[in-house]
Amino acid sequence: MIFREKIVEKILLFCAGIAVLGVAIIGIFIFREGWPVISNTGIIGFVLGKDWAPTQGIYGIFPMILGSMYVTLGALMIGVPIGIGCAVYLAEIASQRLSTIIKPGIELLAGIPSVIYGLYGMTVIVPIIRDLFNNQGFSVLAGSIVLGIMILPTIINISKDSIEAVPKEYKEGSLALGSSHWQAIIKVVLPAARSGIISSIILGMGRAIGETMAVIMITGNSTLIPESILSPVRTLTGNIGIEMGYASGEHQKALFATGIVLFVFIMVLNLLAKLIPNKVGE
Amino acid sequence: MRKSIKNLLSLILVIIVALSGCSGQAGNPEQKSEKEQIVGTEKQSILINGSTSVQPLAEELAAAYKEINPNAIIDIQSGGSGVGIKSAMDGVVDIGMSSRELKTDEKTLKEFKIATDGIAVILNSQNPVNDLTLEQLRQIYAGEITNWKEVGGNDAAIIVVTREEGSGTRGAFTELTGLELVLSSAITQGSTGAVMTTITSDANSIGYASYGSVKDNANLKLISIDGAACNEENIYAGNYKISRPFLMVTKEEPTGLAKDFIDFILSDKGQQIVEENNYLKTNK
Amino acid sequence: MNEIKNVRHSRIKERLAFYLLCVFSILTIIVLALIVSDILVKGLPHISFNFLLEEPRKMGKAGGIFSVIVSTFYIVVLSVVFAAPIGIAASVYLTEYAKEGPVLRIIRYGIEALAGVPSIIYGLFGYSFFVVFLGLKYSILSGALTLTLMILPTIVRTSEEAIKAVPSSYREGSLALGATKLQTIRKIVIPTAMPGILTGLILGIGRVVGESAAVIYTAGSSLGVPDSILRPGRTLSVHLFTLASEGLSAENTYATAVVLITLVLIINFIANTLINKIFIARRR
Repeated sequence: MIFREKIVEKILLFCAGIAVLGVAIIGIFIFREGWPVISNTGIIGFVLGKDWAPTQGIYGIFPMILGSMYVTLGALMIGVPIGIGCAVYLAEIASQRLSTIIKPGIELLAGIPSVIYGLYGMTVIVPIIRDLFNNQGFSVLAGSIVLGIMILPTIINISKDSIEAVPKEYKEGSLALGSSHWQAIIKVVLPAARSGIISSIILGMGRAIGETMAVIMITGNSTLIPESILSPVRTLTGNIGIEMGYASGEHQKALFATGIVLFVFIMVLNLLAKLIPNKVGE
Repeated sequence: MRKSIKNLLSLILVIIVALSGCSGQAGNPEQKSEKEQIVGTEKQSILINGSTSVQPLAEELAAAYKEINPNAIIDIQSGGSGVGIKSAMDGVVDIGMSSRELKTDEKTLKEFKIATDGIAVILNSQNPVNDLTLEQLRQIYAGEITNWKEVGGNDAAIIVVTREEGSGTRGAFTELTGLELVLSSAITQGSTGAVMTTITSDANSIGYASYGSVKDNANLKLISIDGAACNEENIYAGNYKISRPFLMVTKEEPTGLAKDFIDFILSDKGQQIVEENNYLKTNK
Repeated sequence: MNEIKNVRHSRIKERLAFYLLCVFSILTIIVLALIVSDILVKGLPHISFNFLLEEPRKMGKAGGIFSVIVSTFYIVVLSVVFAAPIGIAASVYLTEYAKEGPVLRIIRYGIEALAGVPSIIYGLFGYSFFVVFLGLKYSILSGALTLTLMILPTIVRTSEEAIKAVPSSYREGSLALGATKLQTIRKIVIPTAMPGILTGLILGIGRVVGESAAVIYTAGSSLGVPDSILRPGRTLSVHLFTLASEGLSAENTYATAVVLITLVLIINFIANTLINKIFIARRR
């Protein structure tokens, strides 16, 4: 009898372990395919190489690494203030009625497929930038705006939860000492919720770095190191996404190698998010 | 108590059965079609993969072929010429599609030229430039000419639009214009259609795409190269320099449905469809 | 006097800050409204029964999206059928059996890492593992297996929350009546947590429907109606991506987008209703 219970427990454990197995096998297969290219080119040559001409055997993804960074930074600049502002508003200020309107909206924003964001960016935002700046429109800026919108739900939801998790006594204490509601939010609530807010930003960053289809449709995919926020740009994900369908042989392996760099980026971000203590006040 | 554990185990069993049952259910038609194949060779399927430039034509040809042979299943994937050729060599697909000539080390494949296609150089219809020399074109794509006024147009920066590495159109284009390296600031789009969309919406852009795909588009302007307009006669006569073949390639001499389909394409009926889609017949 | 001024000053500051935050929140909703209305306005006029029930022709340029809907349905059903038992079992283990320690930490890290892996990496992995290594080729099955891994974290997390929320008095009651731990889980815990578990499944479906990067390299992009799970197929998101970047037909692009967004709306609505139900139940 106990023996049977044990078996069931083991089966359940195995199911829980599939996630770990999955991550491991994903890592193994990406490395297995991509590593030969990196070791042939040399890690430094691959990561810092400025030229990408895969059909001639030249693999340098420095422009894409910078591209991913620029677009992600831009997205954070747009998404973080709006996202945290919105989270504070929903958690602390908004009336019940208003938040019953806004909350489902944010859920929906999270559910909209990235292709739809891409379509909107391509047909609305890119032309606006093209008319405003009289350039090609496909740019770091376009990518940042769309990604900034896409990471809003992540930032809002997690920040809001962590703000709501701050014990009421903290705020009440501050109010009792004569500070205004706003002062209490700035001086007491936000600092107490900061670990949650920081992890929301890191997770948002992960989403921005990892986004592919929307980015391909709006950034122009040039392999040049971007000179300004109006330059076209290719991200790591875009590099894989736009060429994967058309690549074979060594070229395809080079795209897996790009995947390795992306995978490492994301895993480091995950670790960072994990390192932040997630209890209030710690 | 013992019973309850039995129940739980049976629950897990049910889950497993449900799992396999579902895949089995969905798998049934497959088994059936296999059976049919053995019994009456009725249902046959082939997989085709390769150039995005050839794909639209291949889809049309497949649709027409299915009217004659309703039991044929032809799956067409787009993956670029490189992938098409490699997949055919690896035997992963029955037929590969290529929109460029085979390289010497790829010549082991059996190739069937199904059509000829010009690569049109396209500008936005508002652009006053009407012709370029092959050399000017090369310089634009190499980043040596950067402003339209240098080639007789407006004083505006040239927005260069290109295809991604691996694309057959890009391969043929760079080879035919003698380009070593396309300038890295060029906007890179992943398909013929995406290039067209970009050129349509940007007055100062230049791009290239399959002649058959862009011929009838009113928002685009097909320009002359070295004085030869991009049209059927000039492509046939070789006056228009940038043209390439559409190929279907197979690993071995094709058999069965693959052979039948290729034969259909090369027949008069097939070639008529090629022409209807604005590509050029192989037998002039 | 000064103090009053200060108070008044900080009141004004507070007001301004609150207004700003309010603007931010409303901005979020406006952005959502802009996107959704843009799609609906451009796409709704082109939606018809024919569009939903006709097969795509000319690579989606003409015709409808019937085969795309069928493929999407297959992939959704299969991946949920695979992921649901695994996910629920995992969450039961995590909440009812696991003890604090290195094993639990590793599993938790695995789930979080899996949730953070970008979809394009899933695409690469699915291609090299399921499509090539296991030889499943481009197929509905390859796509569904890839997506199973992808939605697993969503299902585990939501189910876990739901199971945790079951009051421990329920369990104690059941155990006190002589039920075993397994009986308690099966008869008491899981049924009570069902709405939450369902929410997880529905959110998983939402991700599957919206996913494109992971599917295009695993399930392929052929337009035929798949007659078995070993055949390739194109989902709605992949179809929309292809249509949009190919720029083939604005009408069909937006009409497809409307179908996709409507599906997502419905899925969200169901998930939200379930979540609300749980909240109300809990408040009681």
